[in-house]
Amino acid sequence: MFLQQLINGLTVGSVYALIALGYSMVYGILELINFAHGEIYMLGAYLGIIFLAFFTAIGLTAYNLPLALILTFVLSIIFCSSYGFTIEKIAYKPLRNAPRLSPLISAIGVSIFLQNYVMLTQGATDKVFPALFGVAGFQFMSVRMTYLQLFIILSSIVLTITLRLFVRKTRMGKAMRAVAQDKTMASLVGINIDTIISLTFIIGSGLAAVAGLMVAMYYGLVNYSIGYIAGIKAFTAAVLGGIGSIRGAMFGGLLLGLVESLGGSYISGEYKDAYAFVILIIILLVKPGGLFGKSDLEKV
Amino acid sequence: MITNRGKILEQAKPFIIALWLSLLFLPFKGFKAAVLFFAIFSVLLVSVKFFYPYKQIFTERLQTLNNAIHSLSVNSYISLVIRCVILALILSMPFMVRDYFIDVAILVGIYVILALGLNVVVGFTGLLNLGFVAFYAIGAYTYALLNTKFGIGFWAALPFSLVITSVAGFLLAIPALRLRGDYLAIVTLGFGEIVRLILNNWDSMTRGPNGISGIAPPEILSISFGKLSHYYYLVFLFVVLTLFITRRVYASRIGRAWVAIREDEIAASAMGINTTLYKLYAFAFGTFWAGLAGALFSGKMQFVSPESFTFMESVLILCMVILGGLGSITGVVFGAFILVLLPEVLREVQLYRMLALGVGLVLMMIFRPQGLLGGKGVSLRS
Repeated sequence: MFLQQLINGLTVGSVYALIALGYSMVYGILELINFAHGEIYMLGAYLGIIFLAFFTAIGLTAYNLPLALILTFVLSIIFCSSYGFTIEKIAYKPLRNAPRLSPLISAIGVSIFLQNYVMLTQGATDKVFPALFGVAGFQFMSVRMTYLQLFIILSSIVLTITLRLFVRKTRMGKAMRAVAQDKTMASLVGINIDTIISLTFIIGSGLAAVAGLMVAMYYGLVNYSIGYIAGIKAFTAAVLGGIGSIRGAMFGGLLLGLVESLGGSYISGEYKDAYAFVILIIILLVKPGGLFGKSDLEKV
Repeated sequence: MITNRGKILEQAKPFIIALWLSLLFLPFKGFKAAVLFFAIFSVLLVSVKFFYPYKQIFTERLQTLNNAIHSLSVNSYISLVIRCVILALILSMPFMVRDYFIDVAILVGIYVILALGLNVVVGFTGLLNLGFVAFYAIGAYTYALLNTKFGIGFWAALPFSLVITSVAGFLLAIPALRLRGDYLAIVTLGFGEIVRLILNNWDSMTRGPNGISGIAPPEILSISFGKLSHYYYLVFLFVVLTLFITRRVYASRIGRAWVAIREDEIAASAMGINTTLYKLYAFAFGTFWAGLAGALFSGKMQFVSPESFTFMESVLILCMVILGGLGSITGVVFGAFILVLLPEVLREVQLYRMLALGVGLVLMMIFRPQGLLGGKGVSLRS
């Protein structure tokens, strides 16, 4: 039972981790909590369903399932990244020099807009993802793990490692780290700030899209309101791991997933959503830097 | 040197943007809708481009209008007349209009009190509180529980509502105020959600999603305030009280300390203001009014349930404060008026209400962060 909950927790945690990566990156660069990020995740889930339905309608799914899935993935990622890019250009770029409150409130506005946008265009009822995978899985040591769960956990880890390598080894990654450290100086050494910020949003949104797709496949049901709660939990995960740290987002996400899963089964199932908030408050009071971050000093 | 290619690109920009946006729109509503969207947006963007040169003149005219209104209100004779007229209208309203409007007016009154409370925290002191609705809920549920479980009347239960809510605000503030702006916002949001989850799940105490019903309205000398028009006057009195107290506190040492903290916390600290203490005061004082509004809400609806206390409510109250201009008391009252009346007036397009709110927030932040009436800046006149 415990091991089973462990696996469930890791699966859910991997999803949180992917979303948390986007939060972490954007906060590291802009010091902005992108409230709308959770909605991008929700968009990814919806787009996955929409594209799959499209491919099913033109007969591709029946003809060649893996191809249809891959195309669905690719298209969802492209579209979500575009949404992220557009949102940044419209709602955050004009407010880059404004006091901290303004972009935060703007982000809340975008979040509200996207939720209602999807509700109005796609309906308020849950949308179903066709159960293509069933519960095919394998068994070891009295626990059962489906292939889907394995896929989610593995792809999350792979994507995190890839991102970390990108940020630490490539030139673009170095530029991102530079912008996160000091925007003015980075622009003075010739880095195009706008490009880097856009890139950050694009990558973050792409990862959120993957997370959304996985959730759509895993739970089979999506709703326009899943973005809000997932967003808050992913932000908690990002803070837990240390905001701005990629490793932190991964570990924070997994840890949060575990706590939620184990807490939900052993303490109380009703308050499952509250665990994230409680953890958030505790972390921010005890160690605001999170697991992998440093407690930063207030700049004068 | 502007090349020909550059000129064409300039002209084509609205269409390119419209094309991009309609492509983004495509998966959600289908091909035909996307084409329609493209057409509408092209027209919109082209007209924006067309009217852009006139923006300067427009803002100048708006400013002169603003100044005219200001100079009018400074003239004390005219402003006194205007105020008397408004007061007369407000006082005589229940006799002139249908019950539905009195209902809306009572709601406006309650939201004014809420917005004034949040204004203290966000507007005066600059602390973003996204979970204000939690305190509204605490105030409402305190009166509801005291009334239905112990039979305590409104006037006896009111102090409990106020004190408990205020203490809750104080207790939340103690740990929360160590955090920087954005983190504080998230923590308050978390607190709001935790309170809502508790109210929803603690069935034995709060009856969960079913809510608590049968709450008695206030009474004076065995005249119940159940009748709408009576309740209207009660709420009006409380609104006047709130306005008066808030105004006086704003003009006092405490209010000035709050504004100093908002403008530059480190400088305020250097001037000898105990910033932590005053921030705690701000939270306690602001949530006090949320408690009052909650009790009034309970007494009016005679039923409470966790559904009335969602994050969206917090956002709505925050919008009222922002719309009116952070810190400006009259502005906040206006903001509350507009944001309660507008949905009522635009009942037909109810569905698009939230969509418009989201867009409105973004636009407000980009184009007019000081609110509709302006009003940032240290001035003792609100």
